[in-house]
Amino acid sequence: MSKYSEKNIKAYGNNFTTMTPGPVAKFLRTCVIYQFIRFIVINLKMLVVVKKSH
Amino acid sequence: MARLVVLGGGVSGHTAATFAAKWLGSSHEVVVVTPNAKWNWIPSNIWVGVGLMSKEEVTFDLASVYAKAGITYKQAKAVSINPEGGSSSDKPFVSIEYTLESREGDVEDVEYDYLINATGPKLNFAATPGLGDENGLGEHTVSVCTADHAVHASQELKKCIQKMKNGERQKFLIGTGHGLCTCQGAAFEYIFNIEHELKKAGVRDMADIKWISNESFLGDFGVGGLHMKAMGFAVSSRIFAESLFAERDVDWIIGAHVSKVEAGSVDYELLDGSVGKESFDFSMLIPPFAGVGIKAYSKDGEDITAELFAPNGFIKVDANYSAGAYENWKASDWPATYQNPTYTNIFACGIAFAPPHPISKPMSSPSGTPINPTPPRTGMPSGIMGKTVAHSICDRILKGEDAPLHRASMAEMGAACVASAGKGIFDGTAAAMTIYPVVPDFDKYPGTGRDTDYTFGEIGLAGHWIKHILHHLFMYKAQLKPGWTLIPE
Ligand SMILES: Cc1cc2nc3c(=O)[nH]c(=O)nc-3n(C[C@H](O)[C@H](O)[C@H](O)COP(=O)(O)OP(=O)(O)OC[C@H]3O[C@@H](n4cnc5c(N)ncnc54)[C@H](O)[C@@H]3O)c2cc1C
Repeated sequence: MSKYSEKNIKAYGNNFTTMTPGPVAKFLRTCVIYQFIRFIVINLKMLVVVKKSH
Repeated sequence: MARLVVLGGGVSGHTAATFAAKWLGSSHEVVVVTPNAKWNWIPSNIWVGVGLMSKEEVTFDLASVYAKAGITYKQAKAVSINPEGGSSSDKPFVSIEYTLESREGDVEDVEYDYLINATGPKLNFAATPGLGDENGLGEHTVSVCTADHAVHASQELKKCIQKMKNGERQKFLIGTGHGLCTCQGAAFEYIFNIEHELKKAGVRDMADIKWISNESFLGDFGVGGLHMKAMGFAVSSRIFAESLFAERDVDWIIGAHVSKVEAGSVDYELLDGSVGKESFDFSMLIPPFAGVGIKAYSKDGEDITAELFAPNGFIKVDANYSAGAYENWKASDWPATYQNPTYTNIFACGIAFAPPHPISKPMSSPSGTPINPTPPRTGMPSGIMGKTVAHSICDRILKGEDAPLHRASMAEMGAACVASAGKGIFDGTAAAMTIYPVVPDFDKYPGTGRDTDYTFGEIGLAGHWIKHILHHLFMYKAQLKPGWTLIPE
């Protein structure tokens, strides 16, 4: 039985050479506390890009 | 009293007109000519297209906003530009045709001192047989390019979900409908929103979802891809995109020119010259974009469209259009002031200006069919260009004709993009990305062409929250509610 994150990979198919997220990466994507921190960080980064563009 | 006429009340034109009206005050006139009664926050059409938002949530009436801003609003479409005036006057003018129900078909000549062309794209469905007709939607596919299209798309999606609930397997084919399409990001966002909604509806296992696109690699997005820092590597957007597709079990065909659409199938040609057919039950294929087809005439009525516009119908500006082969391309080929070189009181911004060349490397199949994305001009650059052009024109009106022009080159400008995948506050995720600069500068940043400190992307709820906030912020800003100028473009 393949692991969830690997079950869609097909041998020598289109997606054979890519990476897939493991359980920690997937957990962090919807972990509200971690995402709240990322929300602040991404917003700050975006503001810098916006500032550099004006 | 000077008159600035803005053609097109979309992202770029609306930004230009509202800032110009604020900066010029009541001693000068700003006129907006645009065919729709409503303003549309186009990025949120994706959520309309999966039934998570209504048309009303992504649009608002323009008339009251323009009345509040002191802008003269003509619900009409521009038909031609006469930059040298006509037989009775040297004053330049645009000919417009009303679309307002009470005046439909009425024509009028509107004189201008300065003109901004921000007419965006013509959705050129007719370029691919079967994809659609001149009026928009085809009979076999759906679109999310306008709010009405998106409403139709969501109705068709509902029918498919019902069929799957009844035990009928369905195949979804999403992507680009021609070898020269742009706006891959919108299709990318739509395919993952569909995947998310099918999961929510409990029918994901009854669906085969496939991507078809003219990109030469997944994650090209029309900007030649991008590299972002992750885990100490500069990771290509190809890995980023392929990972997302693999994780969600979405297969892909890339380097494809869709040459024909029929009921339930598309024909395509690939970059390697092979041809194929792909079936579908539900398909959303972005059409190629062209200029909206405005003509231009000299003082004596001679057709000078080819002087003012590039062959693709976009207006010529201060770009280097003679760069030639890919090897010669420079970041400095890209325009900075958006001023037409012949008629210096005409400017173009947003999708309406003619780019000097693609951003992705040009490619074609062995039979010579060009298959490469044309350059995107997304929301943030379109807004920034609109404001910059308005700034230049206001300076010329208020400070004199020699006032220096403001600059906003896409080769010196970044863009923030958020591609949602579902809308739930706790279960929706999104890919939040920034890219700096939009047009790669391989002299300044050899290798990747971009500054990897400011080019990044990650997937998670945070991006989704940002997408939500952007929706409300831009709807708020466009309605000129208190403090609107504080919200950046
Ligand atoms: C489905 C979809 C999703 C997208 N999502 C994103 C996103 O998430 N982020 C992002 O940055 N960008 C996104 N984009 C791109 C973004 O919408 C465009 O970059 C932006 O709208 C371009 O602005 P514009 O003013 O040039 O054109 P538009 O916003 O299209 O405005 C053009 C205006 O000109 C008017 N017009 C047309 N013909 C005439 C005429 N003859 N005379 C006068 N007026 C005319 C039109 O009615 C329209 O009001 C998306 C695009 C699509 C289609």
